[in-house]
Amino acid sequence: MNVTCRITDLQEEYVALYDTHLSTLQAGAPEAMNALRGKAIEEFKKLGIPSNKVEDYKYTNLQPHFKGELNVAFSNEAAQEGVSTDFNCQVPELQTHNIFFVNGWYSHQTDACPLPEGVIMGSIREKGNANPELLAKYYGRRAPIGTDGPAAMNTAFAQDGAFIYIPKSTVLKRPIQIVNIMTGDVDRLVFQRNIIIADENSQAKIMFCDHTLSSSKFVVNTVSEIFANESSVMDVINIQNQHNNSVQVAGYYASQKKHSNLMTNNMTLHAGLARNNVKIKMEDEHCEAYMNGLYLCDKNQHVDNFTFIDHAMPHCNSNELFKGVMDDGSTGAFTGRVLVRKDAQQTNAFQSNNNLILTESARINTKPQLEIYADDVKCSHGATVGQLDEEAMFYLRARGINTDEARVLLMFAFAYEVIEKIRVEPVREQIRGLVERRFRGEFDKCSSCVACGDVDGHLGCL
Amino acid sequence: MLVIKNLHAKIEDKEILKGVNLEIKPGEVHAIMGPNGAGKSTLSSVLAGNDKFTVCEGSVTFNGKDLLDLPPEDRAREGVFLSFQYPVEIPGVSMVNFMRTAVNEHRKYKGQEPHSASEFLKLMREKKQLVEIDSNLTNRSVNEGFSGGEKKKNEIFQMAMLEPKLSILDETDSGLDIDALRIVANGVNKLKTKENSTIVITHYQRLLDYIVPDFVHVLYKGRIVKTGGKELALELEEKGYDWIKKEFED
Ligand SMILES: Nc1ncnc2c1ncn2[C@@H]1O[C@H](COP(=O)(O)OP(=O)(O)O)[C@@H](O)[C@H]1O
Ligand SMILES: [Mg+2]
Repeated sequence: MNVTCRITDLQEEYVALYDTHLSTLQAGAPEAMNALRGKAIEEFKKLGIPSNKVEDYKYTNLQPHFKGELNVAFSNEAAQEGVSTDFNCQVPELQTHNIFFVNGWYSHQTDACPLPEGVIMGSIREKGNANPELLAKYYGRRAPIGTDGPAAMNTAFAQDGAFIYIPKSTVLKRPIQIVNIMTGDVDRLVFQRNIIIADENSQAKIMFCDHTLSSSKFVVNTVSEIFANESSVMDVINIQNQHNNSVQVAGYYASQKKHSNLMTNNMTLHAGLARNNVKIKMEDEHCEAYMNGLYLCDKNQHVDNFTFIDHAMPHCNSNELFKGVMDDGSTGAFTGRVLVRKDAQQTNAFQSNNNLILTESARINTKPQLEIYADDVKCSHGATVGQLDEEAMFYLRARGINTDEARVLLMFAFAYEVIEKIRVEPVREQIRGLVERRFRGEFDKCSSCVACGDVDGHLGCL
Repeated sequence: MLVIKNLHAKIEDKEILKGVNLEIKPGEVHAIMGPNGAGKSTLSSVLAGNDKFTVCEGSVTFNGKDLLDLPPEDRAREGVFLSFQYPVEIPGVSMVNFMRTAVNEHRKYKGQEPHSASEFLKLMREKKQLVEIDSNLTNRSVNEGFSGGEKKKNEIFQMAMLEPKLSILDETDSGLDIDALRIVANGVNKLKTKENSTIVITHYQRLLDYIVPDFVHVLYKGRIVKTGGKELALELEEKGYDWIKKEFED
């Protein structure tokens, strides 16, 4: 069932929408999801859609974006109405286990090869119903329902998303690629809810590829909960490539157990408005966390990365690097909160945020926030905002390289450090190419989906 | 080839070049010497087109073209090469990518097809041998973490790749041990033809034992105050600059 709603007065109307359609929301959804809805909508009533008066959303007022006429699909069929699902999204030379979502709803999956025994990959509706205890054990444990309006809203409304489970001691050789496609002729509001569990001593690489394939307005509220259990090694890579009319609030909420190693890479290559909430909590000793991000903005795009690394236990290491290139009249923000709690002795926590500002009118607000309550720790943070290095520029030009080309070389050199952090070589290679094309201004012109190589002629990437 | 007439240049209202006159013909080697702060690097920067400096008077023509009218990249493509006194480190830009871009931009300017990957690599190999540059330097980012000597060698390697008509070597010898100096000088000499010209900016006579100049000029306080043959360099080495300063002040 598709519902077109005209929202002017945010909270009340969204709450009314929830009340009216509660039975539809619940129908077919796993018990664990339904169990949290009531609490979530109550929290949402209090929190609402954040304006920039909410401290954590100071630089991104979400309210105007959640207003207006938007369609909400309360069923899979409604989400995919008139939509071709004939979409191929494989990183070349990288065979992946692919799972496709269209407008937030599970579409299909393709496998280059069979999944190892016991691995669960699919729709949270289907897999959650089939594995109710597993879902109940993790669902809602990390999403900050009580403090974050969008997370509460997602928990109240979400009906589908990805469910990934890697069993104990299983090593997934090929990455899992979760392809999120926004498409269709109508403007949409989408809620997607993903859960990723790497069980003890397992290893997996998970990619989220976010695309828009039609020019409609898309407002996406997505929450992913990520659990890296004892001694697991996990990579979460987000490649965001959406058009200027897209608005996405994406929460990546992770927790780590003893000896686990987690890396997140948020590559915001193209987005209208992107707000990433990336949070890692180290709940146990001897965890390692790497949190990386790259954001490339031009025109009047806006990217806000709000990150939080929570050192709750001793002997953990974290390393955070976010870099951004701001062109034209784009605006952005970076908040890097690092909390070292009282008991978290022997913590190493390093953070940096570097920005390249290419015009007078581009803006970035960067805010490192170190809160340290333990005394035996090594922590550092640094934030820079700068222009292209004029000396390097002249050096390149003095060798016969024109200004445009020199700019591309230097911007790429700036972004390079983040790209090289990615621990999957074919993805790294793919992103190098994407970033270079992005800097050359070739993103708008592409006739096929840039993140995915060739696709059917009729599906253009905007 | 190069004609500099009454060149004045300033930075932030501070006049540094105060009327430089110099003419260089094809095949000639000119040495420019002078005390620190005389304006030698400023002159080379102005010739290469660094817009940090403003030219307030005078003219420079290069093979009949108004050099000052061209952006730095076109000066390079016309055949002007500056070996920087302080080569810039550019982390993240690989030497290979940098040189391929530069060489192909030169080719495009001349109406030539870009090199194929294999042609380009062959060219790199040849030129690397010519200047005896360590292979792994060219696998790294431009000048990143290079020693002083490696940076200077890398400048000569780039010169070999781009085959300029006029090379300006700004203190290419400073910080080089005697072996490195010989290698760099040999490289320059091997690239020498009857058509191309060189400006060697140096403090010391030693480099001029290897790269023998046709003329030696002394730049002092933004002007060329003395010109002679290669024996002038020996005289300067022996007596220092004080007598020049004295002569100039009088
Ligand atoms: N970027 C700059 N800003 C201000 N003054 C400068 C700058 N570059 C050079 N100068 C000044 O110009 C003069 C000449 O410098 P330079 O050309 O580097 O001399 P040389 O190469 O002969 O040692 C010096 O007095 C120096 O301080
Ligand atoms: Mg100098």
